[in-house]
Amino acid sequence: MSLTLAPILFNGLVFGLLLFMLSSGLTLIFGMMGVLNLSHASFYMLGAYLAYTISVGLGFWVGLVVAPVLVGLIGAVVQRYGLRAVHRYGHMAELLFTFALALVIGEVVPLIWGRNPVRYQVPHVLDFPLFQLGGTDIPAYRVFMMAVSLGMFVALFTALARTRLGLVVRAALTHPDMVSMLGHDVPRVFTSVFGAGCALAGLAGVIGGNAFTTQPGMAASLGGIVFAVVVMGGLGSIWGAFVASVLIGLLQTASISLDLPFGRLLGLPPAGSDGLLADLWSLTVARAAPAVPYLLLVLVLAFRPRGLFGSRNA
Amino acid sequence: MRLRLNAAMLGLIVPVALAHPGPLLADETVRIAYIDPLSGPLAETGQLGEQHFRFAIDRVNASGAAGPGRHFELVALDNEVSPEKSLALLRKAVDDGVHYVTQGNGSAVAFALVAAIDKNNKRDPDKSVVFLNYAAVDPGLTNDKCSFWHFRFDADSDMKMKALSDYIVSQADIHKVYIFNPDYSFGVSVQKAAEKLLTDRRPDLKIVGEDRVPLGKVKDFTPYIAKFQAAGADAVVTGNWGQDIELLTKAAADSGYKGRFFTYYIGDQVTVAAAGPGAVGDVQVATWSDNVPGIDDIADAFQARFHRAFYYWNVVNEIDTLAAAIKQADSTDPLKVAKAMSGMKRQTPLGVSDMRADDHQMIQPLYVSQLEPNLPHVFPDSKLGFKTVATIPADQTRMATSCKMEAP
Amino acid sequence: MSMTVQHGMLPLERRQAALRAALPWVLVALAAFVAPFLLSSGFGLSLLCRMGIAIVFALSFNMLLGQGGMLDFGHAVLLGFGGFAAMHAMRAAGAGLWIPAPLLPLFGAAGGLLAALLGGWVAARRHETAFAMITLGLAELASAAVLMFPSLFGGEEGITGDRSDGPALFGLGFGRQWNVYFLIATWAFGCSFLMWRYTATPLGRLANAVRDDDQRVSFLGYDPARVRFLVFLLSGLFAGIAGGLQALNDEIVTSTNVSSEASGAVLLMTFIGGVGTFWGPVLGAILVTFLQIALSTMTDAWQLYDGLLFLAAVVWAPGGLSGIILAHTPLLRAGRGAALVGPYAAQLPGLALALAGVVWLAELGFRLQAVRNGAPAGLLLGMTARPHEIWQWAIGVALLLAGATLLHRFWPRAKMAWQAQMAATIAA
Repeated sequence: MSLTLAPILFNGLVFGLLLFMLSSGLTLIFGMMGVLNLSHASFYMLGAYLAYTISVGLGFWVGLVVAPVLVGLIGAVVQRYGLRAVHRYGHMAELLFTFALALVIGEVVPLIWGRNPVRYQVPHVLDFPLFQLGGTDIPAYRVFMMAVSLGMFVALFTALARTRLGLVVRAALTHPDMVSMLGHDVPRVFTSVFGAGCALAGLAGVIGGNAFTTQPGMAASLGGIVFAVVVMGGLGSIWGAFVASVLIGLLQTASISLDLPFGRLLGLPPAGSDGLLADLWSLTVARAAPAVPYLLLVLVLAFRPRGLFGSRNA
Repeated sequence: MRLRLNAAMLGLIVPVALAHPGPLLADETVRIAYIDPLSGPLAETGQLGEQHFRFAIDRVNASGAAGPGRHFELVALDNEVSPEKSLALLRKAVDDGVHYVTQGNGSAVAFALVAAIDKNNKRDPDKSVVFLNYAAVDPGLTNDKCSFWHFRFDADSDMKMKALSDYIVSQADIHKVYIFNPDYSFGVSVQKAAEKLLTDRRPDLKIVGEDRVPLGKVKDFTPYIAKFQAAGADAVVTGNWGQDIELLTKAAADSGYKGRFFTYYIGDQVTVAAAGPGAVGDVQVATWSDNVPGIDDIADAFQARFHRAFYYWNVVNEIDTLAAAIKQADSTDPLKVAKAMSGMKRQTPLGVSDMRADDHQMIQPLYVSQLEPNLPHVFPDSKLGFKTVATIPADQTRMATSCKMEAP
Repeated sequence: MSMTVQHGMLPLERRQAALRAALPWVLVALAAFVAPFLLSSGFGLSLLCRMGIAIVFALSFNMLLGQGGMLDFGHAVLLGFGGFAAMHAMRAAGAGLWIPAPLLPLFGAAGGLLAALLGGWVAARRHETAFAMITLGLAELASAAVLMFPSLFGGEEGITGDRSDGPALFGLGFGRQWNVYFLIATWAFGCSFLMWRYTATPLGRLANAVRDDDQRVSFLGYDPARVRFLVFLLSGLFAGIAGGLQALNDEIVTSTNVSSEASGAVLLMTFIGGVGTFWGPVLGAILVTFLQIALSTMTDAWQLYDGLLFLAAVVWAPGGLSGIILAHTPLLRAGRGAALVGPYAAQLPGLALALAGVVWLAELGFRLQAVRNGAPAGLLLGMTARPHEIWQWAIGVALLLAGATLLHRFWPRAKMAWQAQMAATIAA
C-alpha cells in the first residue's frame, strides 16, 4: 500500500507546491492592501498562454523567463491604473473590480488564443521518465516543477527576510500606517508587490500549463481552491499559505485513492439502493474531496477568521 | 459621458437586435440548430462536430440531395454541455423558427432535449422540432425515454459494449480489467454494460476496479493511472471522451502505464497524438474508423478542407438521411420528414443504414479497431492508424428495445 | 422611490403623496400587461419571461448588496435551491398531488429560505470582505454538493418536470408560454412591491444602518449579525421565488443554476443597474437580460461585451445606470439640461470610435475562431471580415486609439459642464 501511495503523494506534493506559487502572491497582496484579488488565477492563465506563444517561436526556456515578467508588468499596470483608481470607492469596489477583471480576462483569452486548449508542450529535454516510484514512472518534468517551486519558495523567503524592500513589505503587512509615516512610498510598494504576486502566478502558469492543460477554463477551475488555501493558511501569512497549499494539494490527489464509501467507513448498514440516504452512504471520499477545501474555507472564515497561521482577521 | 456611453450602446444595439429575430428563412432553407459545447473543456469535441456538420451540409447542398432548390444551413449554438443552457438554446431556436436540432455530446443534454422537444411539439405542433442525435449513446434514449421525435445515428453504448467485450474476451493476455467512466448517465450505462458483459465470460478474466470521474473537470489523471497500476489492471474500459480521454491517455503515457485502453472515443487524431507511441494496441469501437474501406473520398475531402482526420461518419450519414427523408416526403414539414425517416432504409457506402421504426435507433455495421503503425492510413502526427480487428454486421448489432413510442 | 415621511402632513397632501408613490407602480403594471402584446413573437415572449425572473432575482440581490452592504458571491445558490424545491413540487403535482402551477413559486420560496437559513447562519456572522468570501466558498460548496447527491438534484442531468401536469386552476393550463408570462409577471410584480414595502420597515432601515456603520448599530443595542441574518433570510425567500419561476419557465433545474457563473450574472445586472436605488436593479435586469439574449444571437463575443460593460461600470460609473440618471434629474428638473447637450455631444465621436474599435477587434478575434471551424467569416460593419490579414486588425487598433484620444481630450469639458450646472442648480 505504501508503495502504491508513493506516486500519488508525489503528485499531490507537486500540485501543492504549484498552488503555493499562486497563493503566496495572493496572500502577500491581501496582507498589504486588504484586497482579495479575485482575478489572481487569471494571471496564472495568462502566464500559461504567454509561455505557450513564446515557446512556439523561441522555445520553452525563453518563455519560462519572459512570460512571468510580462504577467508581472500587466499586473503592475492593472494595479496602477485600475485598482488604484477604484480604491477611493472602498474595498467592495476593489473586490468588484478584480471580479470584473477576471470576467474580462476570461473572455479576452479565448478571443486571442481560441476556445480550444492550446498545445503547450513539455520541453523535449525534460520529456522522459526520470525514475520509478511504486511501479509508476515519474516524468522528469514533474521533478523540474518541484525544483522550480522550491527554488521560488527559498528566493521569496530570502527576499522578504534579507532585502530592504522585503523589510518594508513585512512591516507593511503588520503596520501599514507606520510604514507610510516613516516616509516610504507605500503606493509604489503596493504596485511592485501586486506585480510580483502576479508574476509568481504567471510563473505557476508557465510550468503548470503544460503539465496539465492550457485552456480558457483553467483560471476558473483553480481560482476557488487558491482562495480556500489563502484563507485557511491565514490571510497575509506566507507560512500558512505554504502549509495549506501542500495540505490541499495532497488532499486533492490522495483522496482519489480512497474510494471507500462513507457508509462503509462508518460501519453503517447499506441504506437501500435509491434516495438521499443511499447517496450519502455510497458517497466515496474521492467524490466528496472536491468540496472539502470550500467547506474548510467557510468554516475557517466563520469561526476562526485568522486562519491557521494568520495574525490578523479577514 | 457615463450617460452617453450607455445610451450610445443602446442606440447601436437595439435596432440591430430588433431587426434580427424573425423568419429570415427563404421557403426552402432548412436550418439545423447544432447545440453542442463550443467553449469550455469539451469545446474541442464540439468544434470537431461543427466542422463535420459544415462539411456534410455543404456536400448535400452541392449535390441537391434534399430536392431541387432546398438548402441546408447550420446554426451553431454553444451549450457548454449544460442541459439547462441547451434548453434555453432550444427555446431560442424554436422561437427563431428552426425545426431541426442536432446534438451529440453528452447524454445528459440529450435526455433534457428529448423531454423538452416532446413537450414543445405537444404544446405547439406548428413549431415542432425533430431531434437528430449523432453521438449521445445512452441506451435510455431509445428505450424507456424514447420519443417519436428523436433519431439516433450512432450505435448505443450497449451495442458498442457488446462488440467491445467480445473482443476483450478474445484477447487471451488480458486478465484484469478496470472500468473507468465519466460520472453521468452515459458513464453509468457503460459501467453497467461492461460489468454485465465481462463477468463470468472467462474464468481468468476479472474486473479489478471501477471509477467514475466528473465530466471535463479532472486536470491530472496521473493519480488514477497509479490506481490502475496498483490494481494490476492490464486493460482499462473507458467511455470518457473529449479532453478527458485525451488527458487520460496522456497521463498513461507519462506514467509509463503498459495496459491497453478499450474505448468508445480514442479515435480522434488529437487524442491519438496525445497518447503517444504507447497507444499501440489501444482499441475503439465505432461505426467507422480509418482503414475501413468505402468512404475514402469523403475522408480525403474532409482532410483537405480542415487539415485534420475525418472522424464522424454518423454526421454525414445523418445529414444524408435527413436530405433523403425531405426528398421522399417532398416537404420540409417536420412531422412529414420524421415519418419518412422512421423506418427508412438507405444504401450507404458502408452498407445498409436502417433507421429502425420501433425506437429510431440506426442499425448499421460496427467496427472494432486497434491502433497500430504501418497501415495504409495513419495519422500524420503519431504515425499510428486504426486496424480493423472485428466487423459486426448490422444485423448482429440489433438489440431488443423497451420503447413504446407514439406517433402523433 | 424615496421614502417620504408621512407624519404631520395634511390629509390632502398625504393623499397626493400616496398617489405620487402609487403612480410608478400603476405604470409598471400597465407596461407589464401591454408588453407581451407588443412583443408577441416567441422570441419576445421568452425574453419578457426571463426579464421578469431576473427582476425578482436582482431585487432580492440588492436587498443584500445595496441596502444591506452584503456582497453575496453565491446568490444563485438561493435561487437554485428554490428552483429544485419548486421542481420537486412540480413533479409531485405530476404524480397526482394537488399543486396548481401558480403556487409552485411558494415552494421555491421555501427552498430559498431553507438555503438562506443554512448559508446565512455562517455568512451573516461576518461583514464586508469576509462575508463576500464566505459566500464565495458556500457557492463552490453548493455546486460540488449538488453533484454529489443525484437522488435530490439529479446529477449532471438535473431534474426536469412538466408544468402542465398539475391541476388547472380556474380552467387555466400553463403549457403555453403566453400563460406562463402572465404568471411570471404577476409574481414579479407582487414580489417587487413587497420588496419595496420592505425598505420602509424597521428591518429595512436597520439593514441600511448596518451597511453604513455596524458598530454604531450595535451601540444602539441591536445585533448587526442578527439583522444581517434576517435580511439574508428575506432575500433568500425572494431569490427562491425567482428560482421557482425559473423552474416553471425552463422546466429543468440543474447544477448550472447554482453555479458561480449564475451568481456572477446577477451581480452584473444589479451593479450595472445601480445599487444605490431601489429601481436600479430593475433597469439592470432588463438591460442585461436583453443583452444576454439578443446579443448572444448576434455575436459570440457577447460575454466579453458584458464583462467590459461591468468593468467600465465599476471604474467609471459605480452608481450604475440609476446613478447616472440621478446625477442628472435635478439638472433636468431645473431646466438646465440644454447646457449639457453641447459638451455631451462632443463626446459622441470619440465614444463611437472607441466602441467601434472594441467591437471590431472582438469580432475579428471571434471570426478567426469561427473560420477555423468552417463557418463563413461574414461581414463586419459592411466590410468582408478577413481575420487572417493584419491590416484589418490595424483598423481596429486605430479606431480604438483615435476614440480614446478624443475622449481623453474632450471628456474634461463634459465633466466641468456638469459640475458647473450642478453647482448652479444647488445655488438656485
